[in-house]
Amino acid sequence: MTDRDAIYILGISMTRFGKHPDLDTFDLGAEAATAALADGGVTMADVGVLAAGNLMGQGLGFGQGLQKQIGQTGIPVYNVSNACATGATALRTAIMALKAGECEIGLAVGVEKLAGAGLLAGGNRKEGDGTWSPKGRIGAIVATDGRIGTATMPGTFAQIGMEYLHQHAYGGAPFELFAKISEKNHSHSTLNPLAAYTKAMSLEQIMGDHMVAYPNTRPMCSANCDGAAAAVVVTGERLASMSDAQQRRAVKIAASVLTSDPWTDGCQVLPDVNTLTRSAATQAYEQAGVGPNDLDLVELHDCFATAELVHYDNLQLCEPGGAVDLFESGATWRDGRIPVNVSGGLQSKGHPISATGIANVWEVCHHLRGEAGDRQIEGARTGLAHVIGLGSACGVHILQAA
Amino acid sequence: MGTQIPIVDYLVLDPEPHLRVHECTACGARFFDRRNACASCSGTDFAPADLPAEGTVTAYTIVTFAAPGVEVPFVAAVLDCGGTKVQANLRDVTPDPDHVRLGMPVRLTTYSMGPDANGDEGVGFGFAPLEGALT
Repeated sequence: MTDRDAIYILGISMTRFGKHPDLDTFDLGAEAATAALADGGVTMADVGVLAAGNLMGQGLGFGQGLQKQIGQTGIPVYNVSNACATGATALRTAIMALKAGECEIGLAVGVEKLAGAGLLAGGNRKEGDGTWSPKGRIGAIVATDGRIGTATMPGTFAQIGMEYLHQHAYGGAPFELFAKISEKNHSHSTLNPLAAYTKAMSLEQIMGDHMVAYPNTRPMCSANCDGAAAAVVVTGERLASMSDAQQRRAVKIAASVLTSDPWTDGCQVLPDVNTLTRSAATQAYEQAGVGPNDLDLVELHDCFATAELVHYDNLQLCEPGGAVDLFESGATWRDGRIPVNVSGGLQSKGHPISATGIANVWEVCHHLRGEAGDRQIEGARTGLAHVIGLGSACGVHILQAA
Repeated sequence: MGTQIPIVDYLVLDPEPHLRVHECTACGARFFDRRNACASCSGTDFAPADLPAEGTVTAYTIVTFAAPGVEVPFVAAVLDCGGTKVQANLRDVTPDPDHVRLGMPVRLTTYSMGPDANGDEGVGFGFAPLEGALT
């Protein structure tokens, strides 16, 4: 029965992730948006707010540009930018507009063209004028990336994973541990026709591939690719007046939380992705009135194999410090106790950054509706979607079948 | 010969090379960069504090793929120096997992980045394993 005070996902869609050389950002966004509207049985004329996320492409007014392709109806548009949490932030923006009573139906879209983008972040300061001249807030005389540690994403997240092992006195071989996490996600993506990569990889293949930043080899890093995802959200009150089919397929947003990172000792030298994620998860469980043991599946932000491990702990899927044991028990494989990233995750499904937050929700919704095809987690009733963005933001959504 | 110019202003060369942070006088939070206010307590008064030159490795990675102009492979690490986390490259160590380990004791070391057009010498820093660290 529809909860009139709740907010629901009415329709949701994602494009195939991968290379789309012939499609631009608007093509991809329009494809996802119109498909999400059709999935929900509504049109742009019904939508009261648009929240649109895109980081690398169109500059000013991406949402307004998208409207020109799907319907300029005069509604408010929020252009959202929040690093890799952009999609989740767009979704949360639409949810907030509904909760505030501004409208009854909202559309959130996230799009990225990222195929072939290579390394993201790191220093790009040009070498100077031939003199050692201190500049900026640390008085640096050269670009510091690579000279004073690393600021690239693979290196940063490699250290985040290694720090976890150090804090919890892990004594094994870290390389193989993290490679096995990647093996799981690549295996899962074989069942996902929309994933960027759909080939299983053996441990030997993963460990023997190009090392990017130890212990992350290339297949253990998120796959830069093109893609879009969109979601239509609706108030419970409006949903109650809709068709039986719409009500049956609607997915309840039991919790929607966004956090940023509070100051912690050490966060200035290594971004702290833990505290803000733990905080988001704690708030989300409280909002939803469920605990980690109630979850039937989790889509979490495995931007690198090393990141997946720490988020097992941050999302409280295990006891504090127990992430390695949880993984080695097989619990997070698709036939395990708490399947994680059955879509293939960012490592294999792909990571078109602004689309990712909505795409993770898309995956969970499909299982809760019983529409996930070959990779369906049988009887899934409750799922969690998580993303983080460095900078720093964390979005957690808990979803429940109607 | 000109003067020595440290790679960043938190590297202090005299009398012995060490790192110096801005410490919030209200809550003790420490920052390498100049801050308008403290990220921890919003206080606006800071005093300099010197870090010990020795620390232990709490996280590392060996970077083999980096932006143009960055020499690879190199070992990037996070260190604990007397309770303050420090980011630095490890130096004087073979960049492979057999020669770097979590918990390894290390010590600050400096190196010349060469002279500039004025003849001033740039000075970089890193941390090297303490003798016998791996045995």
